[in-house]
Amino acid sequence: MSEAIAYYPGCSGLGTSKEYDTSTRAVCAALGLSLVDIPDWSCCGSTPAHTKDHTLSAALSARNLQLVSDMGLKAAATPCPSCLTNLRTANHRIEGDAFKAKVNKLLDDPYGGDVNAISVLQALVETVGLDTIASAVRTPLKGLKVACYYGCIMNRPPELMAFDDCENPMAMDNILTALGATVVPFPLKVECCGASYGIPRPDVVAKLSGKLLEAAAGLDADMIAVACPLCQMNLDLRQGQINRAMGTSYRTPVPYFTQLMGVALNIPDAEIGFGQLNVDPRPVLSKALSGAD
Amino acid sequence: MNIINLTRDHDEDFVHRVEEESGQKVSLCYQCGNCTAGCPYTFAYDIPVSQIMRLVQMGQKKTVLSSKSIWLCATCESCTTRCPNNIDVACIMDVLRHMARREGLAAVPQVKTFWDSFLDSVRAHGRVFEMGLLINYVTKTGRFWTDMDLGPKILPKGKLALKPHDIQGKEHVARIFERFDRESNS
Amino acid sequence: MRIGVFVCHCGSNIEGTVDTAAVAKATLEFPEVVYATDTMYACSEPGQDGIIQAIKEKNLTGVVVASCTPRMHEPTFRKAVERAGLNRFMFEMANIREHVSWIGKNREANTNKSLDLVRIAVEKLRRDAPLIPSKFSVNKRVMIIGGGVAGIQAALDCADGGLQVVLVERESTIGGKMAKLDKTFPTVDCSSCILGPKMVDVAQHPNITLHAYSEVDSIGGYVGNFQVKVKKKATYVDWELCTGCGACIEKCPSKKNPDAFNEKIGPCTSINIPFPQAIPKKAYIDATTCRQFVKGKCGVCAKVCPTGAIRYDMTDEIVTEDVGAIVAATGYDLFDIKKIPEYGSGTYPDVITGLQYERLLSASGPTGGHIKRPSDGKEPKNIVFIQCVGSRDKSLDRPYCSGFCCMYTAKQTILTKDHIPDSQSYVFYMDIRSPGKMYDEFTRRAMEEYGARYIRGRVAMVYPKGDKLMVRGADTLAGTQVEIEADLVVLAAGAEAAKGAPQLAEKLRISYDKYGFFMESHPKLKPVETNTAGVYLAGSCQGPKDIPQSVGQGSAAAAKVLALFSKDMLESDPQISRVDIKRCVGCGKCIMTCPFKAIKEVEFRGQKKAEVIETVCQGCGICTSTCPQGAIQLSHFTDNQILAEVNALCQS
Repeated sequence: MSEAIAYYPGCSGLGTSKEYDTSTRAVCAALGLSLVDIPDWSCCGSTPAHTKDHTLSAALSARNLQLVSDMGLKAAATPCPSCLTNLRTANHRIEGDAFKAKVNKLLDDPYGGDVNAISVLQALVETVGLDTIASAVRTPLKGLKVACYYGCIMNRPPELMAFDDCENPMAMDNILTALGATVVPFPLKVECCGASYGIPRPDVVAKLSGKLLEAAAGLDADMIAVACPLCQMNLDLRQGQINRAMGTSYRTPVPYFTQLMGVALNIPDAEIGFGQLNVDPRPVLSKALSGAD
Repeated sequence: MNIINLTRDHDEDFVHRVEEESGQKVSLCYQCGNCTAGCPYTFAYDIPVSQIMRLVQMGQKKTVLSSKSIWLCATCESCTTRCPNNIDVACIMDVLRHMARREGLAAVPQVKTFWDSFLDSVRAHGRVFEMGLLINYVTKTGRFWTDMDLGPKILPKGKLALKPHDIQGKEHVARIFERFDRESNS
Repeated sequence: MRIGVFVCHCGSNIEGTVDTAAVAKATLEFPEVVYATDTMYACSEPGQDGIIQAIKEKNLTGVVVASCTPRMHEPTFRKAVERAGLNRFMFEMANIREHVSWIGKNREANTNKSLDLVRIAVEKLRRDAPLIPSKFSVNKRVMIIGGGVAGIQAALDCADGGLQVVLVERESTIGGKMAKLDKTFPTVDCSSCILGPKMVDVAQHPNITLHAYSEVDSIGGYVGNFQVKVKKKATYVDWELCTGCGACIEKCPSKKNPDAFNEKIGPCTSINIPFPQAIPKKAYIDATTCRQFVKGKCGVCAKVCPTGAIRYDMTDEIVTEDVGAIVAATGYDLFDIKKIPEYGSGTYPDVITGLQYERLLSASGPTGGHIKRPSDGKEPKNIVFIQCVGSRDKSLDRPYCSGFCCMYTAKQTILTKDHIPDSQSYVFYMDIRSPGKMYDEFTRRAMEEYGARYIRGRVAMVYPKGDKLMVRGADTLAGTQVEIEADLVVLAAGAEAAKGAPQLAEKLRISYDKYGFFMESHPKLKPVETNTAGVYLAGSCQGPKDIPQSVGQGSAAAAKVLALFSKDMLESDPQISRVDIKRCVGCGKCIMTCPFKAIKEVEFRGQKKAEVIETVCQGCGICTSTCPQGAIQLSHFTDNQILAEVNALCQS
């Protein structure tokens, strides 16, 4: 059992990306990665906060980092790249004393800057390791063709995120390969899906996410594995909107990579939560897996 | 087309403010266009990001802060990642939004309203309450058709909570906002 | 001693922020200063005449000039005092320009600091002694390192000038990068047609000895008398016997090795002659791929060689060449395009470098001069050229312009149209740099007559879509993003210092910049000299250069060598270390620390002593600070002189 890591699910983990949260918890537990909930965590502020003010944004993140510090832990893992960016940006900016003072002026409990934030993806490949993952596989994903889509900010900018390659990240590809799946080289791995413009500018999301669906289909991928709740929502929940806007008819499942890990590790269906997705991956999945025999 | 008088209309103070608030040196930009080339949002922008950089260099405060582009940037970091001069372009776009807010400008009002609704939700509950955010946004913009089609897809799955997940420390979070408002107004 | 002080205005360079007249007047208070004046330009003819006149009229025995850096004019003033009859070392310089007027604005503070620097110079001068250089003979052979077009030109000019030349080439043939090019700008003449005859001249010149497939191992000695150890790498073929017939290449069963001469876009055999015009036209075996070496059995080439030239047991050999001067002409290498993963090089076979494209254009290349894309051999129709790949890019630590890419890209668009009339070339550029004779006209011709579409902007990414490559860039003039569906993408990879350049520089004891390019002695006035006497530069080893510039430098370096060798004897610099034999205890510490191996152990009346080899000592002074006895002193920079300078500064 490795050293415990604080777990920051992010607001969407309680709602629109529930299945990402449950599958993450189940997979980490199965692999011996101990995630400890942060008591009474609050929102990181996400994009709206940093577009309003950098000090406010850092303070909203720093409150949570300080809670982790109070737990006596040195690292927090989050499944959500948007939370991750905010937590890491706060840490980075707080290295400047003047900025740190401004942030702490907004907080009840000042933050010392001593908690590292990483993604669950990073914890899985670095703390757990691909070998452990491979040896834990009970149902190999043989026959499944997956395009891994990381989203724009999991690895960028590289100086800040300090994980994997910023133009051609491989962490998720390597995990899916370890699970027995066939990973197609997806050239738009780090292209933006339209982010949080789904509500104010659905036309923008239709165009950008439409491009991603088109590229994955062009590679004959059975599904697109993702690691970001916002990407997942745009590609999956809004797939109908995209089809209407772009005149297409995609029915591409867009599961979280942790859900696919769940299948391979024989995690119970309830925790995998495929039923929570808009396009249900199960028919495609069972077809691909049975075809492999 | 507007003719710019460079002796009269170059707002050097604006250039300095952008540099100070972003920590970036705008004169490093040599207009290679790599940011515009990689920006997924160029198609939606009124001014491409490389020209935003140029206009900042030229001290064209009003044009820049009135642009739609600064409200459509998603901070996807492709400009920052690929800039050959290591300029954090996405950070400059962020700072321009901050400045536009202070000037009372928001060329894509529904984006600002959405973000404000989001922050209102965090301020009230400590975490974002997705349903409340949507209702708040629709009420403020009058865009009642927003995502109506998604309701049948999402509601039966129980993913969209109908009541907020208030946290115990929500007053603490609210105080962050209050102190921020005080600091900004002082 | 009777000292004269001359304080230079340097126009307004110094006078602008230093009261030179006040400095001159105040120095009259210094010990042994009998004459002082300010002067408009000390280095000008009237300025030097004024110094000479004052020496004669006032019977001066030493001179201080307060002006610019000694790097600029110390030799000038030393010659001037020598013309007036003084020993040239009875002269000191105070740098009140670079160290004072150019870096401070406060006139009063600058004036005071100038006075301090003159005070220091006077105290040093009071302890100077006349020094007499000794003379030594010159070995009038020259070594050229690198057989690209710059080295070839230097070798031919030196050889035609009557010198014996040793040309050392790392590869198995001379010709360098130019031999890989199809055509050359701006005349579009065939590269091998103009280079080939020069290569043949090298082979046939009675004064040139060529060591191909060889590298410089170590360098000892000094100007006029260098000893260079050259490692002749094992070719496994006896070149005395090899006729270059090619029978071995035809029969070699290991045929699928990446061909370095073809920039790895075509295969070659393990035993190979890189191209038909190779000089020397001799075969060599690549032991890393040859079956005889890898698997321990094959021997086909040995069986088919009509002259029995194959030698599997050949080993590297060291030969020593004694030469009087060395010209470094080691060229450049290309930026590794894999460092920009967003362009897909290394992942997508149809993303290639400009030099690879030259090989596709060349009749002697892997496609016989037909442009075929590497992935499927199809003829491309839409070809995208991307400039500044690894140039002008701070994020990749390559902020410099590689200089020649704009021109070769324009040339390649023209050649593309000639090869495939219904093709369309697109060029992404930031600025077009074409400041040569007929250069800009050439780039205009690419656009106006050959229809190349130039797009001002960088490319963000290249990715596959079907069997095409999507190129997403910007057109900053139109202010928009653009996409091109390309069949082939050619990256104008920038120039980098040649691999191993810093290591060679250290052997040559010359400086190199942070990118590995060799440093010239003066960026404007001594472009082919280095700070090490007898070592010269030619071509791209000093910084990216096109062919005309490289050839010009090859000739320039040859002229410098011929001028050096025009004298039978050279004077050594007397500013070297000398051992006070009475104080030396023979501990040998100086011998260990000397970086130039310039100190040897001798026996004097049965005792061990150190002795400085005059011609080897470079006057660096490390031995003087190492010697526990203070027995070894650097002439003109003795401990007493340095302490007197420090005292003068502390007293002010």
